[in-house]
Amino acid sequence: MQRIGVFVCWCGSNIAATVDVQAVSDALGKEPGVVFSTNYQYMCSQAGQDIIKEAVKEHNLTGIVVCSCSPRMHEATFRKTAASAGINPYMVEIANIREQCSWVHKDKATGTEKAIILGKAAIAKVQLNAPLTPGESPVTKRALVIGGGIAGIQTALDIADAGFEVDIVEKKPTIGGKMAQIDKTFPTLDCAACILTPKMVDVAQNDKIRIFSYSEVEAVSGFVGSFEAKIRRKARYVKEDICTGCGACTEKCPMKKVPNEFNLGMDNRTAIYIPFAQAVPKVATIDPNYCLMLKNGKCGLCSRVCTAGAIDYKQQDEIIEEKYGAIVAATGYNPISLDKFDEFAYNQSPDVITSLEFERLTNAAGPTAGIMLRPSDHEHPHTIVFVQCVGSRCDKCAEKGKEYCSKICCMYTAKHAMLTRDKYPDTEVYVFYIDVRTPGKSFDEFYRRAVEEYGVHYIKGMVGKIVPEGKKLKVQASDLFANKQLHIDADLVVLAAAIEPDKSARSIATMLTASMDTNDFFTEAHPKLRPVESPTAGVFLSGCCQGPKDIPETVAQASAAASKVIGLLSKDKLTGNPCVAHSDEMMCNGCSSCANVCAYGAITYVDKEFRMPDRTTAVRRVAQVNEAVCQGCGACTVACPSGAMDLKGFANKQIMAEVDAICR
Amino acid sequence: MDKNARLKEQIERTSGVNVLKCMRCGKCSGTCPSYDEMEYHPHQFVYMVETGDIEPLLNSQSLYKCLTCFACVDRCPRGVEPAKVIEAVRLMAIRQQGNNHMTPNDVPEALDDDLPQQAIVSAFRRFSK
Repeated sequence: MQRIGVFVCWCGSNIAATVDVQAVSDALGKEPGVVFSTNYQYMCSQAGQDIIKEAVKEHNLTGIVVCSCSPRMHEATFRKTAASAGINPYMVEIANIREQCSWVHKDKATGTEKAIILGKAAIAKVQLNAPLTPGESPVTKRALVIGGGIAGIQTALDIADAGFEVDIVEKKPTIGGKMAQIDKTFPTLDCAACILTPKMVDVAQNDKIRIFSYSEVEAVSGFVGSFEAKIRRKARYVKEDICTGCGACTEKCPMKKVPNEFNLGMDNRTAIYIPFAQAVPKVATIDPNYCLMLKNGKCGLCSRVCTAGAIDYKQQDEIIEEKYGAIVAATGYNPISLDKFDEFAYNQSPDVITSLEFERLTNAAGPTAGIMLRPSDHEHPHTIVFVQCVGSRCDKCAEKGKEYCSKICCMYTAKHAMLTRDKYPDTEVYVFYIDVRTPGKSFDEFYRRAVEEYGVHYIKGMVGKIVPEGKKLKVQASDLFANKQLHIDADLVVLAAAIEPDKSARSIATMLTASMDTNDFFTEAHPKLRPVESPTAGVFLSGCCQGPKDIPETVAQASAAASKVIGLLSKDKLTGNPCVAHSDEMMCNGCSSCANVCAYGAITYVDKEFRMPDRTTAVRRVAQVNEAVCQGCGACTVACPSGAMDLKGFANKQIMAEVDAICR
Repeated sequence: MDKNARLKEQIERTSGVNVLKCMRCGKCSGTCPSYDEMEYHPHQFVYMVETGDIEPLLNSQSLYKCLTCFACVDRCPRGVEPAKVIEAVRLMAIRQQGNNHMTPNDVPEALDDDLPQQAIVSAFRRFSK
């Protein structure tokens, strides 16, 4: 039999105004097993905690019930109090008589009645509580960052700066991501490459960071502190450690008609290529889909011109297995496909482009060397129409587009419009908008400058259709303030396409058992208070894989994720949550129901020998819970048809005892 | 319930459209081929139904200028279906006694060698009860 102490908190007047605390402590004092019951103005205060400690000593308590606020608020406080008084912290139960009682009741009599019932339920549970000890697991002091864009780069740099090893896995031949393709950055208009490439070089030179470029994560197992990842290093047919990046091979390669993905297909590259001049690692890669040697075995020019002898046509994919303590997802975004938006004629005219294509079109290293020329006839456009919200803010029932606001388009469109007017004052620039959304430091000022100083025509309304006619694009749109339909003959149309998570994010989330929302953005552990952590322990989120973000926000989140990783890696041992599931092997029938519902991959099956009543032995398949991975959600206990799964600290019989106490 | 609220409810019911889904982008009016023929434009139909300002719509010739081509329905990013709102207002107008916009007597006059007969039939169906 437990010796239970009951402590009823007034919470000032928060509880005491609607609950007769004296009546509650009197009533609960008469419950079986309760040897001490009292009430106090602020139980969580030092004086209140001292009352608990003294009562433990004086009455030799083995269990504690605190009737106070939500356990989310002060359960940890009272557990510590118990521990310092020499009682196992898991012998403490909280009855929530504030949020679930005094705050929702107006009548003192009913409030008091309910508080007593809640207290009785907690007492009934404590009767069955058993001391629990959290387990410990080791921490591998190395982090894995999946994605080498600005988010992954910043996270890796910050983790390495704290002295931990980091591996970046990037599926493209170079790190840098989308930011490397961007021309200038709002609202300061610094050149993106000028601020990004030094960071890329820092990554390359940091001896704590390894870059696995042209590589993909194939499988992840394990749990927080001890993940194991399989990384496939795709064959680039060039020895990465020998290639000097001189570029002689790319000049000689005869296969010169490969669409250049770095310039979004607006010009061509060779089959052996370095994506861009500042690529990191600056190493050539052979595209096996186009290389004549790899396809037909005839050519070999690159290996002849390579003075370093780096070309290796026989290179194979390589699998690397490595252990990590923490994993950061930084898988980034892409503009959506505009195939379903026929009204904007994106697939009909080369002069209808996306905003990312516009970035390349105005970039000095782009297909036009930074001179703004239309893709169709390389003439200077004199009328440019920008269309915002293409595919953003769509109804969920609409077949095309995304329900969310892509967040970055208002600002980059203002930037494009402003820069166009600055460089080419003879160009008329129209921006069709639904709302201009520019919250952010110096953002609205930036947009106003585009209008007031640069004379960009902002028109409230949407473009209805675009028809290519001769050299012109006939733009039909509504001007809602003038209540007119406009017809503009444009030379170039730029569509601010919605952004979506990279396609690889879904499979990576599955490997990490990290949850995603309906749009395939990673879900954070708490939308406000834990924004850079996944609900899966040890998995962190950086950049656009969690939601649309601009560069300043991405960098801030990347550093925040890094600090969480550093906090984890700086621990030698992890203390687990002892309230985890465990399976009663004698009752388990090995049906897999629990493993199927486990969101964390914590349940495995083993074949075990059992002695049967007739003294023979039998091998049975039974469930085993990895306590370090289990988050104690309890889904398995509900799914288990034989009642073998139970949650420590929240056992089925404890829950039933609470229900019985309430119904008594 | 006042008259406007009653009319609004009736239009929402016959059209099956939730006008509150509109985010006021104006793409319906940007896409409308009859825009210049209309006194009230597709986005105004949606907005005026939302605010309950329905009398002016009932009395407007705009009801008969809508081609029911459904371009606005196809392109609306919010799935509001403005053409269905216009259709509902038009039905409300012609269902009132003596309010047929087209009578059998008007048909011979409308006939034209270039005009497909189907167009006359469809107009007759849409403009009469």
